[in-house]
Formats: sequence, C-alpha cells, structure tokens
Amino acid sequence: MVDSVEVKEMPPEQNSKAVVIGEHIVEIVSDSGEGAQKCGQSFAAISAKMGNGVWTVEIIPAEIQPPARSRAGASGIRIRIGSKKITNTGNEADLVVALNEQVPYGRIDQKAYHEGTIMLIENKWRTDDSEYIRNQYSDALVDFKNRGYKVLEIPMEEECLKIVKNARKGKNMWVLGMLVFIYSRSIEKGEAQIRNIFRKKSDAIINSNIQLFHSGYDWAQENLDFQFDIPVIESDEELVVMSGNEALAMGVLASGMEVCSMYPITPATSASHLLAEIFSKSGGLIHQAEDEIAAIGFAIGASYAGKTAVTITSGPGIALKTEFLGLATMAEIPLVVIDVQRGGPSTGLPTKVEQGDLLAVLYGQPGAVPKIILAAATIEECFHFVILARKLAEAFRTPVYVLSDTNLATGQQPFPRPKIKKDWFAPPIDQSPWKEDVKPYQWDEKTGLSKRPIPGQAGGQHTVTGLAHNRNSQVSYIPEENQESSELRSRKFASFQKTLNPPIINGKEKGDLLIVGWGSTLGAIEEAVGLAQKEGIQVSSIHLRFMSPFQPGLDDIFKNFKQVMTIEINYSDNKDNPQFTSSSRRYSQLAWVLRARTLVDVDCYSNVEGQPLSPNRILGVIKNKLGIK
Amino acid sequence: MYGLKSDLVCDLPSKHFSVEDYSKGVARWCPGCGDHAVLNNTQKLLKEKQLDPAKTVFVSGIGCSSRFPHYMDTYGFHGLHGRAFPVACGVKFRRPDLDVFVITGDGDCCSIGAGAWIHAIRYNMNMTVMLLNNEIYGLTKKQISPTSRIGTVSNTTPEGSIIPPINPIQTTLGVSNASFVAQTADWNPAHMYETIKAGFEHKGFSFIHVIQRCPIFQLSLGKELATNKDVMHYMEHEDGITVSEDIAKTFKHKLSHDPTDLSAARKLAMDTDKVFMGLFYRDENAPRYDEYGASNLGYTIEQKEAVLDAEFDKHAI
Ligand SMILES: Cc1ncc(C[n+]2csc(CCOP(=O)(O)OP(=O)(O)O)c2C)c(N)n1
Ligand SMILES: [Mg+2]
Repeated sequence: MVDSVEVKEMPPEQNSKAVVIGEHIVEIVSDSGEGAQKCGQSFAAISAKMGNGVWTVEIIPAEIQPPARSRAGASGIRIRIGSKKITNTGNEADLVVALNEQVPYGRIDQKAYHEGTIMLIENKWRTDDSEYIRNQYSDALVDFKNRGYKVLEIPMEEECLKIVKNARKGKNMWVLGMLVFIYSRSIEKGEAQIRNIFRKKSDAIINSNIQLFHSGYDWAQENLDFQFDIPVIESDEELVVMSGNEALAMGVLASGMEVCSMYPITPATSASHLLAEIFSKSGGLIHQAEDEIAAIGFAIGASYAGKTAVTITSGPGIALKTEFLGLATMAEIPLVVIDVQRGGPSTGLPTKVEQGDLLAVLYGQPGAVPKIILAAATIEECFHFVILARKLAEAFRTPVYVLSDTNLATGQQPFPRPKIKKDWFAPPIDQSPWKEDVKPYQWDEKTGLSKRPIPGQAGGQHTVTGLAHNRNSQVSYIPEENQESSELRSRKFASFQKTLNPPIINGKEKGDLLIVGWGSTLGAIEEAVGLAQKEGIQVSSIHLRFMSPFQPGLDDIFKNFKQVMTIEINYSDNKDNPQFTSSSRRYSQLAWVLRARTLVDVDCYSNVEGQPLSPNRILGVIKNKLGIK
Repeated sequence: MYGLKSDLVCDLPSKHFSVEDYSKGVARWCPGCGDHAVLNNTQKLLKEKQLDPAKTVFVSGIGCSSRFPHYMDTYGFHGLHGRAFPVACGVKFRRPDLDVFVITGDGDCCSIGAGAWIHAIRYNMNMTVMLLNNEIYGLTKKQISPTSRIGTVSNTTPEGSIIPPINPIQTTLGVSNASFVAQTADWNPAHMYETIKAGFEHKGFSFIHVIQRCPIFQLSLGKELATNKDVMHYMEHEDGITVSEDIAKTFKHKLSHDPTDLSAARKLAMDTDKVFMGLFYRDENAPRYDEYGASNLGYTIEQKEAVLDAEFDKHAI
C-alpha cells in the first residue's frame, strides 16, 4: 500500500535515484478509440515480464463511440503493479494519465482517486480553438487541485506532432514511453512489446510507434522531477499472463472440446475471439449461432453426437438458454456452459461487473434441475475450470456451468505456466458396439450414474427425450418411474459432493466473523481480511469454488464463528434502512442459498455499483459488522 | 432354389436391414393421421437405402408429428418445441458419417421455430427435413397455426382466423442459399416416397413440405384437399421428381417446371389456389455449412498440445 506520493521532494538526478515503492495503481483514461487500453496492457505486460505482480481492469464505456470529452465516455484501463503478487484491482489510483480533463470525472464519480493522486493531463486543451473548451480545461484543473490531486500538464500532442501528422494515432505509445520512464521499466522490453503488438503492421508503423515511445521516455526524463521503481519478485517459475476470457478460451482448447457454439454478448464474446484464432488449427470450430437458444441447441446436438461441446454467454443469454438447460439435465447430455456474468437484470450494465447470475443458473429452470456449478476465483482458475468442467460433464452425464465475471474477463494477471497434461484432452468418440444388455439410462442405484450411447455405436439406438422417461428412454407417465428417475438424476450430485474437500479457511478456524465469498472477489476479500487480522480483528474467510453442490463441511466451519456474512457483487437490501424488515429483506445471492443450506443466520454485504470491490471497502464492511470504528 | 426369389441371392451386404429393423413400437397417432404415411414411407426409404440404424439420427421438436423418432429404431432426439433445427445442425456439424433427418410440425417449424428454420435453410447442412403440415396445432388440441388458412375456426379463434397464413414453400424459397424445396401430400404415398427419396439423395438441406390431414381437428379440410382433383398439380420435369406413369395418370392437372428456375419456382409457390406436387427448386452447388464443420476433424492430442503450447509461448513472461 502506498500512502500519498511526495512529488516535490524527489531528488533531481531522477534516473539513478528513483523512489522505491512496494506497489502503485496507475490509470490511463481517454475518449474511446485513443488506445488507452493498448497502452495500459502493454505497460502491464512489460511489468509482468520484468517479474512484477500485476492486475489490470478495463474501464469501458457502454457505447463504442460515446461523445468525446464526456464523463460518461471515460474509457481506459487501470493497472495495479507491485513487488508482490497482486490479486485484485486495489483501492484508489496513485497516478492517472488523462488525455482530456473531462474523462477523469467519470472516474471521480466512482471514487477512483485519492488526495495526492498524481494527474498527468494532456495540455493541448489549454490552447484549444474553442473558448468553451479552454474554460472547461482551466476550471477542471482548478477543481482537481482543490481536490488535492497533484496535477501536471503534459504537452503530449505537441510532442507527438513532432513525429507524426495525426497525434491521435500513436499518442498512446508516447504515453507508454513516459510511463516506462516514470516507473523505471526496461526500455528493451518496451520496444519488444511494441514490436509484438504491431507485428501484423508495416515496418513504417512499427518504427513510428517506437519513435513515439522513445520521445515519451525522453521527454519524461528531461522534464519530470520524480521517478519510481517497483522492485521485482525474484522467481524461476515460468509465468504466463492473460485475461480471464483468454484463459477460458485456452481452457476450451486444453479440454479437447471441439465445438464452441455461441452468440456474441459482452463481456463473454472476447473469449470466442481468441478461441477463433487458435481453434481451427487444433481441430475445433466456433459456431456463431443465430441466437442464444440456437447456440445451446447446436452445442447440445454436437455433444449428443460426439464430444462434449461448450456454449459461452452472459446473463441475458443464460435467460434464453433456460429451456435447453433443463433438457440437457433431463436427457443427461454432457455440456459445458460458461457464463461470464455482467450487471443485470435485463440488459443491465453490459460492461460492468456483477455476480448476479448465481440464482438464475442454480434455480432458473422449471422443475428439478440439479447440476454442477463451478465459480472461478482467479484468471488461472478460468483456465483450469473449463478442463475440469468438460471431465465432470462426461463423468456425470450432465451440463456443468463455469461462472466468471467482467472482472476476471477483462483483467490480466500472471500465473504459473500450466504444465500440459494429455488427460486434459477429450478422448476420441467411442464408436465401439454398445453392450446389448445395457440400457441407455442404466442408472446405478447408488450413484445415479450411467453411460450414454453415442450415435454410431451399433446397438445403442434410442431416442432421447425431454419427456419423463424410463431406463430405456421410453416416454413414461408411470408415477413411480418419474419419482425414481428424478431421484436418480439427483443422486449423481450427491455422489459428486462426496469427492470434494471442505473449503480451506483463510485465517483461524474460530473467530468473531467469517466472510464467505465466491468468484472474482477472492483477492480483495483476502487482502482486506489480512489487513483486519493485522489489526487484531478475529476474522477469517472462505472462498467457494463449487456453488452446486457446495463443498461439504460448511456447517462445521460456520459453527466456530460468532457471525457469518457473505460479501458479493450483486443486489441485497440494506438492513440499516428501516424500510426493509427482517421479514422483507432480500439477501445477496449466495447468502440466500447458504441460509437455506445451513440454517445459519448468514448476513451479507453486497452492492450493484458495477465496480470491483476494493480491499478498503471490504475492510470497512468487516469493521462495521463488528462495531469497530 | 430353396424357393427364394432370385434377386435375393446376389450380393448381400454383411447385414441386410428389413423395414422391421427400422421400426419400434406402435405409432400412437390417431387413425387416419397423415403422420403414419410419412413414417411408413420413411422406413421404406431407409430399407431401400440400407441405412445403418446406428448411423441414422432423427431429430424432432414437440408436437404430435415430433413423436416420430420414438417409432424409429435408429438414434433419435425428441427435443424442444421449435428447436429441432439447431439440434440437428449440431448433430451433423462434426459427424459427416451420420444421416440426419428432421421431423417438424407447422407450429414447431413456422411459429416457435421460425427463426431457427430460416437459419437452417441458410446453413444448408446435408439433412432431410420433413415439415408435417396439418395446418393446426394437434398436440395441444386445435389452436390455429401460422399455416392455418383464413377463416380457420379453432379453440383460440372461435370466430375464424383473420390473418393470411405463412406459405412454407414460398418462405423457404425466399431464404438465401435454399437448395432443395419439394412438396408432397400424405394421401399420395407413391409420390411421397419419391419425394423423400429425392430429398435424401440431395446433398444439402432438403426441405420437404408434406401436406397432411388431421382427421380430428381438420377433418373437412383434409377431405377437400384429398378429393378435389382440381387443386393438385403435378410438376413434371426430367430433373424433377418422377412417379410411375400409373401414379402420374391420377393427376388431372400437370405442368412442366424446371427445378433450376428459382423465379419460376417462386411464382408457382405464390399461387395459393393450387397445390403443386414435386420439386420446386434444387441447387446442387449451394455452399454447405456441414462441409465447413467436417473440415478439420480427427486432430490428435499431440497436435492440440502443440497449438496450446505455442499459445502459452505467446503469453509467456
Ligand atoms: C415452449 C413450449 N411452448 C408450448 C408448448 C406446447 N406445445 C406442444 S406441441 C405444440 C404445437 C404443436 O403443433 P404442431 O407443431 O403443428 O405439431 P402437431 O401436433 O400438429 O403435429 C405446442 C404449442 C411446448 N411444448 N413448449
Ligand atoms: Mg400441426
């Protein structure tokens, strides 16, 4: 954690005497289309490649081209870099690069900055042709100073125009050069990064971007009176860095699945973009269907006829897939369903984070639809959970859901390079003759498990149906048969739970408060709990990866804490508001389920502000819950 | 010798399938329902073509007609109302070795499944599709369907329907990349058989519109259609669907129609006073999505590992 940054007391010979800090949070904000995200991702990649801990999160306006210079249009990226492993986006930013003076307001609305935040602002607006803009600019600068930010005006446009005719193209690389100086990053790695991102472009474009990068670096060296260094963690471990959606895509490839059937929807789509690039070279194909219903229908058809397939979507898509999800469970067709959650309900907050789909996937279908739901808590888990999901789907002859969210989807984090295992990949389709006396639903009495005949297996002919059916897959209206088959379908998940370990407790096994989380909040919750523990607060946390069935042992864990509460990013009624009574209060999604499951009076803190939860916010919640000032 | 007919002696495949090998259970449609005729003719075709029951998949939606796969001793997928097409396309996508058939009803295809229908036509995957159009919702007991003609009295339109029906032939011919569009009727089994056969032999999405009777909910309409000799028109062409002379003779009206002529086909389809039997349109060269699906099959685990490894290299720090 960095306290306020003392800019003025920097030593004059910057290069050699950079101030060593443990970590920093940097934001680059601009209008859409100015390349802030490319700049930030490059900066993050350079830092990760040097060995720093990194976490990035994109700042995305809902429109592709929102009005220029507007607070709603703030587009960009936040990068948290540290000497240690970074597990979340952190609290307020320490340094901001703004390409105009209006977009920071979009972030100020989100309380993204603190007193002392360094603001490096494009100064071309000071001399803009429009008096209105000139006034806006000077008013904002006064306001920023009043808010306690350390504002520096930077002649970005002016410097870029010395190299290129259109500064809009390339200013981001100039900024990258400036940041590389400010944070004492490696110039060579910076150049290599530029060559990599423009690898498909002409030499002329690469060279002009490298020139801009050097110009930014040199300008900063000559004109800034401060510099930082964030020492790196020494490690021999091979690391890879990617976003959660890229990790999902690579997980699909690594699982050996060969069909991904999807319909574009933010924030899930980019997973299919990477997959599209690598899939066809490795024996897989993406099918972009006409809608989400057709997408899952197609995936189910492909699964039924061969290797388990995957469909990737987000909340509104899950809503449309509902009927097919029930069919896949009823007919016991293996399927992987990836839900990259966004803000809901309805179209909601398409580009913002929410963990709002848990109850929809858990209970969204009419009738008894038991299932396996995995929730990735890190980018690394996005990769591994897809592989796991494919295996579970086949072993338990069921759809398996993998939940991710916007935070993981667009964030970038390094993790140990996975050692590829042959058994990740699905084996070839079984086409051996079907054993004559085995029925298409030869449910094992104890486990509920059965093996499915795949078209092409001689003697396995049967018609799957969403109607109630018996072991022969014949439509059955016999009361006992529907009762029995429903129970056997449920039994599979009881069997699966027996293979799981209880969740690991972060902290002591006993205490005043247990925080329960799931999904992308892992890093922020553990950081906050760590800070609280250091202050002597008796708080521990657990983070659930299996949302259905839950890992066993929750009752035993809960017993040892005076209070239990979930922290989630979804809606709950604020219990401090007298409008909500104990009989009307609506809980956050995991809290509802835990209350029903354990009969413990589980409380919750959650919000739908569409932002990642910061460690400070969670620390405040913990203290508030325990009445600590 | 041994009293066998001579044509049974020569060249038997390793296993010869009889019609019984393709049939399962007793079809539970009402007596007189047109679905029976489609089932019989389909089983006959499978026998004629000696399709391997293990490599044949019937996909359907929901409705009386969609019960069809349960009466076939092949693989079957009796899925959701309106969603037979996406499932069938998914089945075919990576399985060029499977013969896929789709059975759908007029509500299933032209109402709840209309979106998927349009796109399935466009994908043009190799499968044989039979729309069993009785102009009514059978399973849910007599509600109008989008193909019910104006004035149809049903449980949801006691005073008669007022909006003109969707014409499945016209609609299919209107979609880009349509590649096989034919029409037949349940009361002419010989014509139906030849139509299904031609559909099966076409490499692409073969759309067969089967006009059929529902003796329970559309009794008078069925009687009128099956007996009014002035309505039915037999389309003749050397590239069309040809029935024996005996059967051809039963048509009072005949016309020549070239199935490569899309504009002529569309014109005929719009003439709703008449029912044209046979092949409206065929395009052997329309791009097929199932060929794309089968374009990269059979990669080894080692090949996949290599791509994954290279991708990790790109993300390596
Ligand atoms: C989502 C959904 N909506 C409604 C139904 C009820 N439903 C079952 S079959 C059917 C209509 C069937 O009509 P058609 O497709 O013409 O088939 P037919 O019974 O006439 O052969 C309806 C509305 C359903 N099963 N699923
Ligand atoms: Mg009907």
